[in-house]
Amino acid sequence: MALKPPAKKVRMKEQEPQERIHNFFEVALGYSEREAMEEAKRCLQCVHHPCVSGCPVGIDIPGFIKKIKENRFYEAVKILKYYNNLPAVCGRVCPQETQCEAKCVVGKIPGSEPVAIGRLERFVADWEAVNVKDNQIELPENKNKKVAVIGSGPAGLTAAADLAKQGYVVDVFEALHKPGGVLVYGIPEFRLPKSIVDREIAYIKSLSVRILVNTPVGRAVTVEELLQNYDAIFIGVGAGTPKFMNIPGTNLNGVYSANEFLTRVNLMKAYLFPEFDTPIRKGKKVVVVGGGNVAMDAARSALRLGAQEVTVIYRRTEQEMPARKEEYFHAVEEGVHFRWLTQPIEYLGDEKGTLIGVRCITMELGEPDKTGRRKPIPIEDSDFVIEADTVVEAIGTDANRFLLNQFKGLSINKWGYIVADEQTGATTLKKVFAGGDIVTGAATVIEAMGAGKKAAYWIGKYLEGEFNPWK
Amino acid sequence: MSNEILKKTKLAPQVYDFIIKNEEIAKRAKPGQFVVVRIGEKGERIPLTIADTYENSFRMVVRAVGKTTYELCMMEEGQHLSDIAGPLGNPSEIDYFGDVMLIGGGVGIATLLPIAKELKRFNNRLHVILGGRNKDYVIMLEEFENLCDELIITTDDGSMGIKGVVTDGMDLVMKNTKINIAWAVGPTIMMKFCSIKAKELGIEKIWVSLNPIMIDGTGMCGACRVTVDGKMKFACVDGPEFDGEKVDWDELLKRLSQYRDEEEISFGKFKEQVGDLSWL
Ligand SMILES: Cc1cc2nc3c(=O)[nH]c(=O)nc-3n(C[C@H](O)[C@H](O)[C@H](O)COP(=O)(O)OP(=O)(O)OC[C@H]3O[C@@H](n4cnc5c(N)ncnc54)[C@H](O)[C@@H]3O)c2cc1C
Ligand SMILES: Cc1cc2nc3c(=O)[nH]c(=O)nc-3n(C[C@H](O)[C@H](O)[C@H](O)COP(=O)(O)OP(=O)(O)OC[C@H]3O[C@@H](n4cnc5c(N)ncnc54)[C@H](O)[C@@H]3O)c2cc1C
Ligand code: SF4
Ligand code: FES
Repeated sequence: MALKPPAKKVRMKEQEPQERIHNFFEVALGYSEREAMEEAKRCLQCVHHPCVSGCPVGIDIPGFIKKIKENRFYEAVKILKYYNNLPAVCGRVCPQETQCEAKCVVGKIPGSEPVAIGRLERFVADWEAVNVKDNQIELPENKNKKVAVIGSGPAGLTAAADLAKQGYVVDVFEALHKPGGVLVYGIPEFRLPKSIVDREIAYIKSLSVRILVNTPVGRAVTVEELLQNYDAIFIGVGAGTPKFMNIPGTNLNGVYSANEFLTRVNLMKAYLFPEFDTPIRKGKKVVVVGGGNVAMDAARSALRLGAQEVTVIYRRTEQEMPARKEEYFHAVEEGVHFRWLTQPIEYLGDEKGTLIGVRCITMELGEPDKTGRRKPIPIEDSDFVIEADTVVEAIGTDANRFLLNQFKGLSINKWGYIVADEQTGATTLKKVFAGGDIVTGAATVIEAMGAGKKAAYWIGKYLEGEFNPWK
Repeated sequence: MSNEILKKTKLAPQVYDFIIKNEEIAKRAKPGQFVVVRIGEKGERIPLTIADTYENSFRMVVRAVGKTTYELCMMEEGQHLSDIAGPLGNPSEIDYFGDVMLIGGGVGIATLLPIAKELKRFNNRLHVILGGRNKDYVIMLEEFENLCDELIITTDDGSMGIKGVVTDGMDLVMKNTKINIAWAVGPTIMMKFCSIKAKELGIEKIWVSLNPIMIDGTGMCGACRVTVDGKMKFACVDGPEFDGEKVDWDELLKRLSQYRDEEEISFGKFKEQVGDLSWL
């Protein structure tokens, strides 16, 4: 083995917590060229490159890192883009700690951190944006076959880009006025600046992909029309319908679903109200229910809107919470409070129907359930009240029925998600493929992209007549 | 999908009739459905009912109540709305019922019109009650006159029709005709009282078109949730029409006041920019 690499990742500059809680600018500031090259040196260029097997889209990780080390950034861009159509997004929001970086050999050395693959990915993508003016890639000959993609989240965008690169005519249908799915309506600006999403979408459009916004499929365009007019269909509509705990007081003013709260903030820019017209409640005392990324995003957004106190309540403990560690630490640094083993049981309101508090109960962890996680059990008579004028429920989403109700003949599983073959994305309906959260339930950006990528490959095979599971 | 304002007509103080160019919506819209409109880059998304459709365009009738609707009503023919998504919501469930009562109030009269036309196409006999503050606010009168079998107008001050409210009209209709099904569209408080009245009068079903605060209109945000028959429903995808006798009206009324303070700030700022608006 070569020289032992430095134990720690090159630190990435961040906005100081005291400063950043007053703005929506990006928290992490990225590597300089010198820092990136230094970090790239930590990679051992392992021949068996375990990191790649941890990546849902199989990026040639040592390949692009080597180019960074050699100061050949443009070549790093090319390698990265070959695998990943949204690298600036993934470099920022992928859970690298459980994927590529979890497998990195350097991280296995006692006391050592893995190579900062995510930060390097982000660096390359951002470098391209500044330094490469013409990122046109040559498209193959138009194959005169049309594919409809429903939904413009990471699954749909990836499928669209890959299909366009194969020479198909691709139309993407999006219900909202802006493409990007959760990337534009859910994940906040301070974690993923919208200019970056816009940039990557501009790239996908440059591949001749047409994106039709304001077009909710099922109503604005019917499923029959799509089946008639297109040679194949990819469904990537996400899982976006909010779950509610359905406890008393859910419809009080001040009780939000995370989807509504974050959509107001991100897509509609309510944090710039009244410069932008969409309002949001700027709560003084905010309670966020949940323990995932969505809860972290809601809590940190509430702080930035000017809350004096933000408390996340989660029914299990710190160990079980599904949020990315990095974002949890960011939230702690910024002063978000956490109450573990706590569950809301009632929202209290005044006579005008406005929220004034949350009645909670304390939980304890019982025996592990089928998933291996210890089940939270309420402790009798342990209830207490937290004063609050805003609550955000971030307890997950269900499959949205909007499209599925209109899609006759498509098999749906018992949780309401589309049944699709894991390898190919093929559904039970001829020429229809699906992927992303609407197949798996709420998951990650990169998994949705992986599904979009696989489906694009198999849609290509289907259109070439080399694959047909519906015979 | 140009979203150009082809025609704009004033119907009443603060109420404007728009014809908007949008072939796709014109082709597909059915009675009872709505669109979500964003008039510009910094604008909010607001729902508006599709009042009629033509070859390449559709009609919507807008009452100016706050920043966005005022701004919209001040737009001119030839200008474009930046975004319109739709049609959204479930179409009205229309069939042959025999005698049907239709109650419209304020700008809800516009929402009622396509429903009335469709009911007429199914050969129903229409008993229509239109209400307004005074005669200036009773809109689309001629269009209804040509359509209905019985027409009662009520105004608060008696300046047209009978002096009273629409529920008085309901009593009048029921005196002569037995009605089993009704539609009521108008201000939330009006629909609430119509629903109570319908129950009293033994009308089996009264459809109301709810107008809670919405954002996406596709079931994604949950802002439009209402309680119907004790269950949570999303008005945009489960409605917008519901059985009025089962709606939790008081909750809906409270939820509609959710952003009163913010709306005032936004409207105040707007008035500072554009000055006096009383002419609108
Ligand atoms: C707040 C939040 C934070 C998150 N943070 C992370 C993170 O840090 N890292 C990570 O990896 N993952 C994160 N996730 C999860 C990740 O965003 C999702 O797993 C991913 O976006 C799913 O992609 P998708 O393409 O399946 O669907 P979506 O991103 O949900 O996109 C679906 C799109 O389809 C559109 N659509 C729906 N129905 C129709 C229709 N009928 N017609 C037309 N269009 C339609 C929707 O408007 C939407 O734009 C987060 C999620 C949320 C909500
Ligand atoms: C399905 C549906 C159909 C509708 N059809 C019509 C129509 O045909 N003609 C018409 O004039 N109005 C219609 N409305 C009401 C219209 O959407 C509101 O008047 C408009 O949103 C007010 O916006 P504003 O900024 O001008 O006023 P604001 O000052 O923001 O609000 C005034 C009042 O309008 C309501 N409101 C505010 N924002 C929203 C929102 N995003 N969604 C719904 N209600 C809101 C609230 O009750 C508020 O108190 C409809 C509403 C719904 C839900
Ligand atoms: S496992 Fe780590 S050290 Fe090895 S190639 Fe991948 S990133 Fe480099
Ligand atoms: S408007 Fe968002 S769910 Fe109905």
